Amino acid sequence: MVSLLSHLLNGISLGSVYAIIALGYTMVYGIAKMLNFAHGDVIMIGAYITFSAVHGWNMPPVLAVVISMVVCTVLGVLIEGLAYKPLRQATSLAVLITAIGMSYLLQNIALLVWGANPKSFPSVIDLQSISLLNGQLIISAEAIITVLANIVIMIALTLFTSKTKMGKSMRGVSEDKGAAQLMGINVNLTISVTFAIGSALAAIAGVLLCSTYPVLMPTTGSMPGIKAFTAAVFGGIGSIPGAMLGGILLGVIEILGKAYVSTELSDALVFGVLIIVLLVKPTGLLGSKAHEKV
Amino acid sequence: MTQKRKSDTKMVPVPSHSIVPERDVDKCPVLETRHLGIEFGGLKAVEDFNLTIGATEIAGLIGPNGAGKTTVFNLLTKVYQPTHGVVILDGKDTAGLNAAQASKLGIARTFQNIRLFGNMTVEDNVRIGLHNQIRYNMATGILRLPGYWKQEKAQHQKALELLSIFDMQDMADKQAGSLPYGAQRRLEIVRALATNPKLLLLDEPAAGMNPHETEELMENIIKIRDQFQIAIMLIEHDMNLVMGICEGICVLNYGRIIAKGTASEIQSNPTVIEAYLGKRKED
Amino acid sequence: MSRSKKNFINNLITYGIVIAAFLICQLALSGSIDGFKMSRSLKGQLIPICVYIVMAVSLNLTVGISGELSLGHAGFMSVGAFSGIIMSTWLASRFQMENEAVRLILSLITGGIFAGIAGVLIGIPVLRLRGDYLAIVTLAFGEIIRNVLNCLYFSIDEGRLYMNFNNPNLPGRIIYNGPAGATGVDKISTFVMGFALVLFTLFVVLNLINSRSGRAIMAIRDARVAAESVGINVTKYKMMAFVTSAVLGGMAGALYGLNISSVTAAKFKFDTSILVLVFVVLGGIGNIRGSIIAATLLTILPEMLRAFSDYRMLVYAVVLIAVMLATNSPFLASRLNAVKARFARKAKNGKEGNAA
Repeated sequence: MVSLLSHLLNGISLGSVYAIIALGYTMVYGIAKMLNFAHGDVIMIGAYITFSAVHGWNMPPVLAVVISMVVCTVLGVLIEGLAYKPLRQATSLAVLITAIGMSYLLQNIALLVWGANPKSFPSVIDLQSISLLNGQLIISAEAIITVLANIVIMIALTLFTSKTKMGKSMRGVSEDKGAAQLMGINVNLTISVTFAIGSALAAIAGVLLCSTYPVLMPTTGSMPGIKAFTAAVFGGIGSIPGAMLGGILLGVIEILGKAYVSTELSDALVFGVLIIVLLVKPTGLLGSKAHEKV
Repeated sequence: MTQKRKSDTKMVPVPSHSIVPERDVDKCPVLETRHLGIEFGGLKAVEDFNLTIGATEIAGLIGPNGAGKTTVFNLLTKVYQPTHGVVILDGKDTAGLNAAQASKLGIARTFQNIRLFGNMTVEDNVRIGLHNQIRYNMATGILRLPGYWKQEKAQHQKALELLSIFDMQDMADKQAGSLPYGAQRRLEIVRALATNPKLLLLDEPAAGMNPHETEELMENIIKIRDQFQIAIMLIEHDMNLVMGICEGICVLNYGRIIAKGTASEIQSNPTVIEAYLGKRKED
Repeated sequence: MSRSKKNFINNLITYGIVIAAFLICQLALSGSIDGFKMSRSLKGQLIPICVYIVMAVSLNLTVGISGELSLGHAGFMSVGAFSGIIMSTWLASRFQMENEAVRLILSLITGGIFAGIAGVLIGIPVLRLRGDYLAIVTLAFGEIIRNVLNCLYFSIDEGRLYMNFNNPNLPGRIIYNGPAGATGVDKISTFVMGFALVLFTLFVVLNLINSRSGRAIMAIRDARVAAESVGINVTKYKMMAFVTSAVLGGMAGALYGLNISSVTAAKFKFDTSILVLVFVVLGGIGNIRGSIIAATLLTILPEMLRAFSDYRMLVYAVVLIAVMLATNSPFLASRLNAVKARFARKAKNGKEGNAA
């Protein structure tokens, strides 16, 4: 019973990381209607920047995270401006292949800068873990911070999209790009801001992910990236609460699968869930239905 | 493999909604809808749509923008599945069929915003229309068995024959997307005819055409009906065309039929005038 | 020139290039001409080149002709590789089959069949989806195949084949050992057979494209609703392209697997799918001859540019992005055309100048 509880908590913690990554996917997909395949690699870059800042330049962890967020934000806006913006009118196939190219570019830049050897990532969270039930159940500080960060981000984003002018512009653009433009919304700026927010969140996700699983490689971001996209689709792409729900469910499924089914098959289980969801409810758990115009 | 139309098709004993009853009398109806309707998220785009079209009738579907005309076409061709009612094509219920299966029952269409296979040649566009008429299987195609050569030749000849309806046989090797607008519209009609339909739906066939081209189109529509002995239903905003060739006209507003009748009946119908020009103040 | 004649000549050129390249390679291998010999490393690349050509051409059938982005092609390759290896080992053990060519052909066919079955099973759910969703689900299936292969164990005992899931305790000699993969494989693949497989693939794909079925597949790609409206069964023809592509990918996998002594499922990761996709994109989406040339050059180049191997994937990535931008961005396309026009004008002026 306690072990189940412990697995559940680990699942929620991992799921919270997925949720934060999934927010980046879901916002970009909602507004630019594209699958930003390179998002997972922005996470990896964020983690490396934090690593270098703490190890190489001996910065305090909090400052390192802020720097990494700034770098990722700039990176995200750059990627969008250089690679995706010229393809606004292109087919989704072309955009997706470009995004895959971008993902490989980031991985290989990281390979050249930081090398292929896995780096052991220092946890930036220097707090005591909590022990419950006479020490049978130990909750790490990383898990608590991750879940808290997730909740804070979720609330902040919901407020942002419903209260601020830019947030409303985002919703407008995601509904109808053409109409939004006619209403005087700067579509290009809105998309850039979306990428900026998504990338800043990716930096946070990178730090949280590597604090819990302290191995950092150029390919660290790709699998969590794909799983987070799965989470976004699972919850209903374009929906912020959907990303949250999908992320947490996916994390729990993965950890329980690892614990009770098979370590080898846990990824297969996660993807199996994705496929079933897409077949049963293609718009995801909280997504809305769209009609194809003929 | 062209199918002969069966002369003994069963009449469906229902109250006739046909606009031109006399065509119903001597021929069986090719299309019949009863209480047809569809909702999009609670919005009733089309409701209680009842219509019967005779086997060689030319019918018009008109109405203000956004009235639901193209939605009706999408319902008839099974691009959308109706939320209410039935569509009976040539005596067969189309419930549960998809668009491809409906095509096999004998319904063909053109599109308001042209949907040609733009990167392919004009001839290939027509050959794709012949997909279910002149056939051979995948293995025959890959292994280049005798059937491949025979049927490819048959497709080629049939395609040229169909293109000659609009004098387009010289353009057979041109890329479909590179044709002028009017020719693209005509090619869509040829492609639809290639499926050997019993009912041809034309969605704004005269859109973007000049008066001279429209004139020619009207003659061609009648020619097609007489030559192929099929029913034609068209959506059109050009009232000269509609009033000139449609034997029966159906007016749609806010998803509902507000009037049915011949051209002169429709022209003098107060409800129709209201729908097009707006209500008077005292109402 | 009529359409069919143009196609015929185009296809003839493609076959001609492949056959000529094969003859040149054979000449170089035989060493009959002085100073015209093949380096050892290049010799080792001959079969992989055939494998990647078949992979690229078959993926192009899905991506270019059918218009669906598949990110799991390496999954079919792995199914083909391991079923081919197991078949080959079983044939040798059960029937003491001496003739390696027959054994290889039977193994290739087995690889194709099993990959085809996987293609049907995956195609049924996947082809109901569209666009990015389809891409991500093919990716997911590629990973699922790899995960499942990591849990399978096969052994042979006195000509009998044993299989187990998640449990390596099997009688006799283990031939496929979960994450450790297949070891001690008989290397029976030959360059001649690789060439034959390339020709077979071209025959199937080119003939399919220029047939009723191929036109239906391309019609769905270009205008799905219109294709349905003329009575084309969308699921059937998408499935046809997807499964044909899987079968060919599986045969390529079998050829690959029987060319190296030990293979693990990790070899067929997502990266391999992307590598093949790069071949397809750089050769031109929908362009079969382009796929062949791109697959050949990009398989040889890294061997020749060993010194730059660190930068290889980086260059691939940059080229991939550059090609997509150059071919799809309206701004860049117009720029490119302007430059081309200027060059054409210059060349013309130059010629006229020379003539004068």
